Amino acid sequence: MSVLNEWAFIGMFAVLAPVFPALPIVIAWLFRPRKPNVLKSSTYECGVETIGDTWVQFRVQYYIYGLIFLVFDVEMVFLFPWAAAYNEMSLFGFVAGFLFIFLLTDALFYAWQKNALEWK
Amino acid sequence: MDEICTGLCRLMVDSGADAGLAQFVSLLVGVLLVSGVPLLTVILLIWIERKVAARIQDRIGPNRVGPIGLMQTFADLLKLLGKEDITPTAADRLLYNVAPLVSFASVVLIWAVVPFTPFHYGVDLEIGALFFVAVASFGTLAIMVAGWASNNKYALLGAFRVVSLLVSYEVPLVFALLVPVLLAGSMSMLDIVNAQSGMWFVVLSPLAFVIFYISSQAETGRAPFDLIEAESELVAGFNIEYSGMKFGMFFAAEFLHVFTNGILMALLFFGGWMGPLYYESPLIAFAWLGAKGGLIYLTTLWLRNTVPRLRIDQIMAFNWKCLVPLSIANIVLVSLALKVLQELGMAPRQLIGASFVDMLPATILLLLINGALTLYLLGILRRRGKVARREAQAAPVQFARATAATAATAD
Repeated sequence: MSVLNEWAFIGMFAVLAPVFPALPIVIAWLFRPRKPNVLKSSTYECGVETIGDTWVQFRVQYYIYGLIFLVFDVEMVFLFPWAAAYNEMSLFGFVAGFLFIFLLTDALFYAWQKNALEWK
Repeated sequence: MDEICTGLCRLMVDSGADAGLAQFVSLLVGVLLVSGVPLLTVILLIWIERKVAARIQDRIGPNRVGPIGLMQTFADLLKLLGKEDITPTAADRLLYNVAPLVSFASVVLIWAVVPFTPFHYGVDLEIGALFFVAVASFGTLAIMVAGWASNNKYALLGAFRVVSLLVSYEVPLVFALLVPVLLAGSMSMLDIVNAQSGMWFVVLSPLAFVIFYISSQAETGRAPFDLIEAESELVAGFNIEYSGMKFGMFFAAEFLHVFTNGILMALLFFGGWMGPLYYESPLIAFAWLGAKGGLIYLTTLWLRNTVPRLRIDQIMAFNWKCLVPLSIANIVLVSLALKVLQELGMAPRQLIGASFVDMLPATILLLLINGALTLYLLGILRRRGKVARREAQAAPVQFARATAATAATAD
C-alpha cells in the first residue's frame, strides 16, 4: 500500500467514525416519543430556576494549568522525532535532545517555584 | 487487511469495474473490517464491566436476560431506542448534538493504527504513536463541547474540571509513550511490537508502564480520577443534560476507551502478540493480544471499583509534582543508559530482531535504574506523608478546619 493510500484509509476511517455513533441516534430518533414541554426542556438545576448567565467565567487556575499543558504538549511533539531517531543518532543530536529536555524541566520547576501548580 | 483490500481491488478491476470505484469500495470494506472489532467488543464490554463491578461489590449483576445475563446489553439498547431524547431549550443545538459523535469517533479512530496480528492491521502509519496522541485528545474536546453546549452550570463546572484533569494527565501519558518509541527507534506500532521480540518493554522500563497505566486511568475518567462523574458534587458532570441514545454514546465511548487503553498497553509494553507459538497462526497471535489486553483491562476495572475518589487539588498536585518530573527523569535515565551500553557494544543498536541474550545486559541495567528511581521516589513520598501526618496530629482541630475550607473552595 502506498503512502497516499494509507492516508486514504485514515481519511475514510475519519469520515465513517462519526457515522457509527450517529446510526443508533438516528434510529432512536425514528422510534422515540416526542412530548416536550416547557418544564421538561428547561435547564436542570435540582428543581430551582437558573439564576444569571450559565456561561460563567472560570477559575484562573484552569487557565494556568492550560498554559503549562500547552508548553509541554507542543514541546513533546518535538521530542517524538528525537526518540524515533534514537538508534542512528550522533552524540551531537543526543546532547541536543537532552538540552531540550533540561529546558523543559527548568520551565516546570520555575512554574512550581512561582506557585503556579498550587490549587488555590 | 492490506492483502484483502488490494486483492479485492484487483478482483474488481479485473471484472471490468472502474479503478477509482474499486479502490473506494476496497477501502470501505477495509475500514468496516477494522472498525468492526471495537464496535462488536463494546457490546460485550458493557456486560463485562457490570458483571465485574457487581462481583466486586458482592452482588450477582445482570443474570436475567439470556444465559448469565449476556443479552442484557441488547435489552438496554432496545430500551434506549424507546427513550425520549430531551434537548434543553437553552442548549446550543448543533454543538449539543455533535459532542457525543466526536466522543465516540475519537475512540474508534484509535483502532485504525492498532495492529491485531503481524499481518492483520488497518494501516501501519510511520507516525502511529503520534496519531494515537492526536486522536485521543479529540475526546477532551468532545467533553468541553458537551459541557459548554448544555448551557447548564453543573455541566460546565464538570467540563472545566475534567478538561483540566485530562490535559494535565496527557503530559505524563505522552512522556511514558516516548519510552517505547525511543527503545524501538520508531513510531510505527508494528515496529514497536516487533522490537519486543527479545524483551518486553515492561521489563526494560516498568516505571514507564506504571506511569502510562495511571495516566490512562485518568484519561478515561475512572476512579480514583473520576471527577468526570462526581455525582455527589456535580450531579452527573458534563453529561447531565443528555438523555436517550446520546447519553448512551458517551458511555459506550468510555467503556470502549478503557478497553482500547488495555490493548494499547499490551502492544506498547507487553509485546502485543508475542507469546508461545504466535508465528504458527494469526489466530494464536490475535488470542495472545486479546488475552494480554483483556487482563490489563480487568485490572483497571478492579482498581476502579476499589479506590475512592480524590479531590481535584490532590489529583493536580500528584500529576504535576510527582508523575511529570518522574516521567521526565525516567526518559532521561533510560535513554542515557541505553546509549552508553550501545557505545560500549553491550546492547544491540536495533532492537527489532534482537534475541533474549542480546538484550540481557541492557535489561539488567535498565531494571536496576528503574528500581533505584522508584526507591528514591518512595522515600520522598514517605517523608512527605510523615510531615503531613505530624502536622495533622499536632493541630487536629485546625487541620480539620483547614481541609474543610480547601474542600469548600475546591471548585
